[in-house]
Amino acid sequence: MSQSTNETTSRADDRTRRRDKGATAVNTLDGIGGMGAPAADAFLSVRDLRVHFPTDDGVVKSVDGLSFDVARGKTLGIVGESGSGKSVTSMSIMGLHKPGTVRMTGSIKLDETELIGAKPERVRELRGKRMAMIFQDPLSAMHPFYTVGHQIIEAYRIHNKVSTSVAKKHAIDMLGRVGIPQPSSRVDDYPHQFSGGMRQRAMIAMALSCDPDLLIADEPTTALDVTVQAQILDLIRDLQSEFNSAVILITHDLGVVAELSDDIMVMYAGRSVEYATADEVFTRPQHPYTWGLLSSMPRLDRVRTERLRPIKGAPPSLINVPSGCPFHPRCAYADRTGGLSQSERPPFAETYPRHYSACHLTREERTTIWENDIRPTL
Amino acid sequence: MLTYLIRRLFAAVLLLFIVSAVVFVIFFLVPRIGGATADDLASRYVGKSAGEAQIHAQAIKLGFTDPIWVQYGRFVKGVLTGSDYDTGAGIDHCPAPCLGYSYITQNPVLPDILDRLPVTGILAAGAAFLWLVGGVGTGVISALKRGSVLDRGFMGIALAGVSLPIFFTGLLSLTIFSYGLKWTYAGGASPMDATGPLDLVHRMLLPWITLAFLYAASYARLTRAGMLETMNEDYIRTARAKGLREHDVVVRHGLRSALTPILTIFGLDLGLLLGGAVLTETTFSLQGIGYYAVQAITNNDLPKVLGVTLFGAVFVIFASLIVDLLYAVLDPRVRTS
Repeated sequence: MSQSTNETTSRADDRTRRRDKGATAVNTLDGIGGMGAPAADAFLSVRDLRVHFPTDDGVVKSVDGLSFDVARGKTLGIVGESGSGKSVTSMSIMGLHKPGTVRMTGSIKLDETELIGAKPERVRELRGKRMAMIFQDPLSAMHPFYTVGHQIIEAYRIHNKVSTSVAKKHAIDMLGRVGIPQPSSRVDDYPHQFSGGMRQRAMIAMALSCDPDLLIADEPTTALDVTVQAQILDLIRDLQSEFNSAVILITHDLGVVAELSDDIMVMYAGRSVEYATADEVFTRPQHPYTWGLLSSMPRLDRVRTERLRPIKGAPPSLINVPSGCPFHPRCAYADRTGGLSQSERPPFAETYPRHYSACHLTREERTTIWENDIRPTL
Repeated sequence: MLTYLIRRLFAAVLLLFIVSAVVFVIFFLVPRIGGATADDLASRYVGKSAGEAQIHAQAIKLGFTDPIWVQYGRFVKGVLTGSDYDTGAGIDHCPAPCLGYSYITQNPVLPDILDRLPVTGILAAGAAFLWLVGGVGTGVISALKRGSVLDRGFMGIALAGVSLPIFFTGLLSLTIFSYGLKWTYAGGASPMDATGPLDLVHRMLLPWITLAFLYAASYARLTRAGMLETMNEDYIRTARAKGLREHDVVVRHGLRSALTPILTIFGLDLGLLLGGAVLTETTFSLQGIGYYAVQAITNNDLPKVLGVTLFGAVFVIFASLIVDLLYAVLDPRVRTS
C-alpha cells in the first residue's frame, strides 16, 4: 500500500487516449475497465484498479484496470482461471501485498474511505474490523501452535478493548453460530483437531468475530469435500443475511457462484471481461470466455456422452499480455472481427442495461453464436 | 505420556551403556588389537626407571592382564555399586557412581569432574544467553530486511563466525582486548575467584563472546532461514488479515513457529557444551571439563578420558530427552499424535 502513488491524472489521460483509439463501441462508459460513478448503494467501490508487480523479467500486470461495486447484503462472485487476478484483487482490497513489491493505482473505496494511498496503519485498523477475509485452505491458514479459540480471541481483541474472558465468551458464541457442536469445549482445540469443514467454519467465525461489513471469501470451498462445500456455502449465505455484510466470493467454480451471487464478474488476464447480474450472465452471457467457462462445467443432470470441454490453450503471460483482446489467441470467434481482436483492445461496454462485456463481436453476432452454437450444447 | 517418559528414560540408560562400551573398546581394546601388550599399556603409568617386574606388577594392579569383558564388567560394577581402590597408601572407597581412579594422580575421576563443572557451566550459560539473543535477533532482522545492506552485512559476519575456529577468534580477541587494550583479564581468570557479579562478567566476557560468536553465527543463519519460510506461510497472511500489528505478526506468529526448531537445537548444543567447551577453555585457560579432558588425553590418563566422555554423553542424552519432551509442549501437533 505504501508504495502506491496517486497517478489518477496521468492514468485518466492515458485512458482517454486509449478510448479514442478504440472508439468503436456504442456504449463505452469510462474507458477500458471503467464503469463511471459508483452505484448509490455501493459499500465497496473499485475503479480502474491496477496492480503491477515489477520483477526482473518485466512488470507483471496482475490486475489491469478493474472496476466493480458491491452493496451491503449483496454478493459479488468473481470468476476466472488461476492467474486471472482474482486473488490479487482481494489481497489489494485488504492491503495485504508486501510493501515495496507492488504498484497499485486506481481507487478502492470502502464506505467512502479511499484505501489506495492510505496510510498502512489506517488500512490495518480497517482489516478484520470492517473488512475480513477467509482463505482457501483453512488448515494452513490457521496457526498450528495456537488453539482455535486463541486465534478468534486475538482477532476480536485487536479491535475491541475487552478482557480475555469476555473475548472468549464471544469466541464460543461465534463458534456456536457457525455451527460447531460443543463450542465451549472445542474452543480450546487446536486446528489440527478439527475436520476440514470445521476448520473452515472456525475461519468464518474468526473473520466474522468483529462483525465486518465486507467479507472476502477467496475460494472458500476449494479445499473441502463436496458434501461439506454446500454446507459452507449455506453458512456464508445465512450469515450474510444475518450480518447484512457485502460479500465478495472468489472462485473458479461457476456452480458455486450460481448458488450465492447477486452479481458476477468474469476475469481474464487481470481484466474484467464480463460483469452483470447472475441471472444475466447465465441467461445471455456476452463473452466467448464466459461461454468457454460454461461449456467446461461438468453437468450431473445430463447423461455423460462426451468428455469435458476445456477452453483450449493456457492463460496468457501477465508480463506480455497478447495485443488487442487478451483472449484472442484462445478464442474460436476471433477471426470474425476482421482483425480487430488482434489489434484493438475491446472496450468494456454496456451491451445490455447493467450488463458489461469486453468483446469486438457485435451484440447480434454474440446472440446468434450463443443461441445456436453454445446453449444447445450445455 | 508417562509410558513415553519411562520408555525414553529406559532408552537413555541403554544408550549410555552402549556409549560406555564403545568408549571402553576404543581406549582399552583397540591398543591391544594393535599389538600392545598389557605391560606396554602399564609402562605409561610407572616411573621412568621402572623395571619389567615393576611394570608387570602395575599391569596386574590396573587390571590390564584380565580379559577385556572382565575389565569392562569391573568398570560397570564401579559405576553401579562403587569400588575400592588401592592407592598404595591404603584402600580408598569410591562410592557409586564411580567412574574410576586416575592412573596418575590416584584421584577418583568423578569428584574432579564435578569440581570443574561450575566453570564450564558458567561459560556455557553466559555464552548461550549471548548467542541466543544475538543470533536469533540478527536472524530475524536479516529475514525481515532480506536483501538489504544490513542483511548482507549480518550474513557476511555470520559466515565468518561459522568459518573461523575458536582458537583463532579467541587468540585474536585476547591479543586485542587483553594484551593490547588491557580491558579484560589475560586469560586464566577463573570465574570461581570472582568477587562479585560485575567481576564475574569482567572475567568471563571475552570467553563468552568468543564462544557465543561461533554459535550465534549459525543460529542467525538458522533463524533467518526459518523466518523466511514461516513469514510466507498462509497463517501469517491470516494474522495480517485480522488486522494484527506487524510487530505482533512477526513475533507472535512468525517467530513462534521459527523458534521451535531453534530451541531444540539449542538444547542439544547446550548439552554438548556442558560436557566441556574444549577449545574455548583451552584458549582462555579456564579450568573446566574441556580443559580437564585435554590434560587427560595429553597424559594418556584413560579413566579420566573415559569419565569425561561418559559425563558428556549423559548431558547430551538427557538434553535430547528434554528437548523431545519440550517439543511436545511447543508444538501441539506432536502432543496428540
